[in-house]
Amino acid sequence: MADYKMDADHPGTAMARGVQGVLGKGLDRIEGALKVSGTATYGYEHQIDNVAYGFLITAPAAKGKVTGFDTEAARALPGVLDIIVDDPRIPRQAAAFGPAHAGNDEIDHYDQVMGVAIATSFEAARAAAKAVIVHIDAADGRFDTMADVAHASGPPKDSRLQDVAKGDIEQAMAEAAASIDQVYTTPNQVHAAMEPHASIAAWEDGTLTLWSSLQILKVARQVLAKAVGVESAQVRILSPYVGGGFGGKMLGPDAVLAAIAAQKLGRPVKIAMARQQLFHNVYRRTDTHQRLRLAADKDGRMTAIGHDSVVSQGPDGGFMEPVALGSISLYAAPVRHFTHKVVTLDMVMAGAVRAPGEAVGMLALESAIDELAEQCGRDPIDFRKLNEPEVDPMTGAPFSTRALVECLDWGAQQFGWARRASTPASVREGEWLIGMGVAAAVRINLMMDSEARVTLSPDGRARIETDMTDIGTGSYTILAQIAGEALGLPLDCVDVVLGDTDLPPAAGSGGSFGAASAGSSVALACEDIVATLAERMDATPEQMTLKDGHAIAGNRRVPLAELVGAAPLVGNGKIAQGSNAKTYSQAAHGAQFAEVAVNAITGEVRMRRMLGVFEAGRILNAKTARSQAIGGMIWGIGYALMEDAVLDQRTGQFVNHDLAEYHVPAHADVPHLDVHFIEHVDEHANPIGVKGLGELSISGAGAAVTNAIYNACGVRVRDFPMTLDKILAGLPPL
Amino acid sequence: MKTFDYAKADSPEAAVAAVGTGTKFIAGGTNLLDLMKLQIETPDKLVDISRLDLAQIEEREDGGLTIGALVPNSDLAADPRVVEHYAVLSRALLAGASGQLRNKASTGGNLLQRTRCYYFYDTAMPCNKREPGTGCSAIGGFNRILAVLGTSEQCIATHPSDMAVAMRALDATIVTLKADGDRRRISIHEFYRLPGDTPEIETVLEPGELITHVELPAPPKGNQIYRKVRDRASYAFALVSVAGVLSVEDGKIASASFAFGGLGPMPWRDAAVEAALVGKAPSDAVFEAAATALLADAKGYGSNDFKIPLARRVLIACLRDLTGAAS
Repeated sequence: MADYKMDADHPGTAMARGVQGVLGKGLDRIEGALKVSGTATYGYEHQIDNVAYGFLITAPAAKGKVTGFDTEAARALPGVLDIIVDDPRIPRQAAAFGPAHAGNDEIDHYDQVMGVAIATSFEAARAAAKAVIVHIDAADGRFDTMADVAHASGPPKDSRLQDVAKGDIEQAMAEAAASIDQVYTTPNQVHAAMEPHASIAAWEDGTLTLWSSLQILKVARQVLAKAVGVESAQVRILSPYVGGGFGGKMLGPDAVLAAIAAQKLGRPVKIAMARQQLFHNVYRRTDTHQRLRLAADKDGRMTAIGHDSVVSQGPDGGFMEPVALGSISLYAAPVRHFTHKVVTLDMVMAGAVRAPGEAVGMLALESAIDELAEQCGRDPIDFRKLNEPEVDPMTGAPFSTRALVECLDWGAQQFGWARRASTPASVREGEWLIGMGVAAAVRINLMMDSEARVTLSPDGRARIETDMTDIGTGSYTILAQIAGEALGLPLDCVDVVLGDTDLPPAAGSGGSFGAASAGSSVALACEDIVATLAERMDATPEQMTLKDGHAIAGNRRVPLAELVGAAPLVGNGKIAQGSNAKTYSQAAHGAQFAEVAVNAITGEVRMRRMLGVFEAGRILNAKTARSQAIGGMIWGIGYALMEDAVLDQRTGQFVNHDLAEYHVPAHADVPHLDVHFIEHVDEHANPIGVKGLGELSISGAGAAVTNAIYNACGVRVRDFPMTLDKILAGLPPL
Repeated sequence: MKTFDYAKADSPEAAVAAVGTGTKFIAGGTNLLDLMKLQIETPDKLVDISRLDLAQIEEREDGGLTIGALVPNSDLAADPRVVEHYAVLSRALLAGASGQLRNKASTGGNLLQRTRCYYFYDTAMPCNKREPGTGCSAIGGFNRILAVLGTSEQCIATHPSDMAVAMRALDATIVTLKADGDRRRISIHEFYRLPGDTPEIETVLEPGELITHVELPAPPKGNQIYRKVRDRASYAFALVSVAGVLSVEDGKIASASFAFGGLGPMPWRDAAVEAALVGKAPSDAVFEAAATALLADAKGYGSNDFKIPLARRVLIACLRDLTGAAS
């Protein structure tokens, strides 16, 4: 077993020495052909005999007691097998499971799951679920975050962020030559993954098998076991393909109810949540209320940064959106003030959505920086460079790598930043006002414990096995590239098996730690194999070259198939978190540029172009990395301009709970997007030198857009999203 | 979805003869099927008219066009005669929905789209249009996309069609076949009903009456425009849209025809707008007066208040475009 704990930099992997030339290349996804031809079998599509269909029964109220169920009409419908509303394990919340969070006698959020209707077809199950009458003794609920702020609590003990008060911010603000004290708000937002939460459950001899769409299998397995009341060892989860995760696919009510129903009926049951149900039964990203206080001296050097946030949470959730996460270490300023308040509402719990913290916190911070730069009479890029810290301004730790200034400079050159008019509303083309904006991007870098097994067979093929998932990010491909580079194999000689809890437990996909964690475990597993091969070549691993299925050392060039012999070589890799995470301040950085057109008549915003320049360590696959970056930038457009789950304060429900009215950018909303990577291998982060990328690309993207809107038309909106009505209110008369 | 009977019609006569209680015609199904899945529409029976011979566009002797009710939105938008002579209609069609939906959606069905009011779509919420007498959740709720003109205390829904707005500016006529075999021709100006106390009744169609054709009069004189303002660049319903046809002779507005989407419970047209324009020399003052005439009775309900100033600005901009007046 090649174990490595990241207490020091790794001395060097075979992958890093590799000469196969597959690493870093913009190669197509190895499973891409299956996906585009519809032959990649997603969890819900698994073919299984005698399967029954379930549809969730939900409650049309946000608060109250359930006094009874009327299931007679539903049971009488054709094809109905059962209506389950009396199982004590029925979960109350989107992702808090187990006995403490179960039971359908009380309602604590709108559309809460009450049970499941089971039938011989999806349509029959849906009709039956609709026919169940839930009798409710309704009560008033709390739905307004700021109305209840007096009852807020501070950050949970286990939160990544705690309150910080370094220096006196009131005094710094009072003494500042320039300052900003503004409130920015962001609304509730949802993941809106293309594939809904969907599961198939089957029991055999007391063992539960679940085919589903999940991000982190080892955790999902424990949680599902607890929810259903069995041991983890009795649960196997398969999640070979995932149609979008974004933090939302940890484990959902679909999985728990499918397991309960399959157990009761003695036959497999499949449940897909309807799009409307996803809005209220998957955790949301909280609304945020953010007060930014920034102070600068007469030269434009920041003297204070304050970022105080209020967020909401459901009655059962423990998570806090770490709003100030991006602000903590981004800019130098001696006075630093970060506080967090959590208000409990009668709503579905809040949880992780792509880049918890930075995705919404950076909208506010980077807007405020733009405002302060203007007040200081400085170009926003120069202003950011002026306030670039040399070491982590919170902890004093050195940065592992940090290339924010390089990203800003490269991007400014490429984007034509010099052509930007510094006076707002001064460039017009017909009805359209044109503007450019910039924002910094930052995302903390994480690595989690992860294991993988690599087998080099007598036929010279390598097989990677781990319960890592590919949520559309490219895990299959980058793991093959890592092993191919380490073992000197072309990609068509590498097989990758993922998404099965029978395989070594991986970190899974989340927090942008997937590539770093699972990738390191695969590279380490290859170290085992390389050591054996080197021994058989009478060489040290460093003296041996592996290329095109051959080992080369001294004067010998031996086919791997020959070198392996009759028994396959098995390497086990395990990476563990270590003290490097504290020794170095680790984050990925970038610069986001946007050019927009704002219609002077209507306030409509149309994106003209965007550029993202990112430094995220080693780039494993230029194509899948670019795809991830583009996805994040598009998400930024959505947060800036349209995404808004509107809460009806009378009922506690999201009014626009479908994709017709919860808008995400569609094709015509997305212009040409350019992505550029500045590649610095981060030796301090993990053995393969990568940093998290998926969440970095959303960070700051929306602020670049809204800063461009301000530059275009002179209207600054601090209440996201910037829909046309808010811009219109600031436009001059015709 | 509630269980229903299904019958396929092979002629318009057979289609109307097949109608019983709780029957709906289905053509493209792009709206009806969604509503049935959510049990907002719960027909007992569907009569499938999608294979009827009603998919032609024909020129008439008077210079107008007769459009079969089953002509897909895509085909109508791309028809060279429509593109050349009724550009407002072609543009309105292309501003709506997505390519896939336009391929399926029919001309007759487009006229009969149901509102996109959030509360109409949510069977857990009161809605007078869906369930008469239960109340209107949109009043006092979130009503960003809803109406500011022609509303009642029972309903503030908007009609979502783009096509129908252009049809109204073009003075279209709707040709139907009634259950008793009679044909009738209904001006689009008489076709839709205000919500009043019966928001569930949206048109003057009788039960079982089938739209077979839509007639456009001979091409209008002057310039045409369709301008749609929406929350994203594609695949969103109009917040405000303007369909306009206007001609200028001897420096004066000789004819004007304007219809509006996103503002009312039906494609909106107001003779006062045209009266404020015709016979006047184009000027911002005249345009302002037209906008004032349009919005004199406008009433916002909170989150849709912005539609009133927005409609004013968009109409003025359209008038500047149509008359060639610089801003």
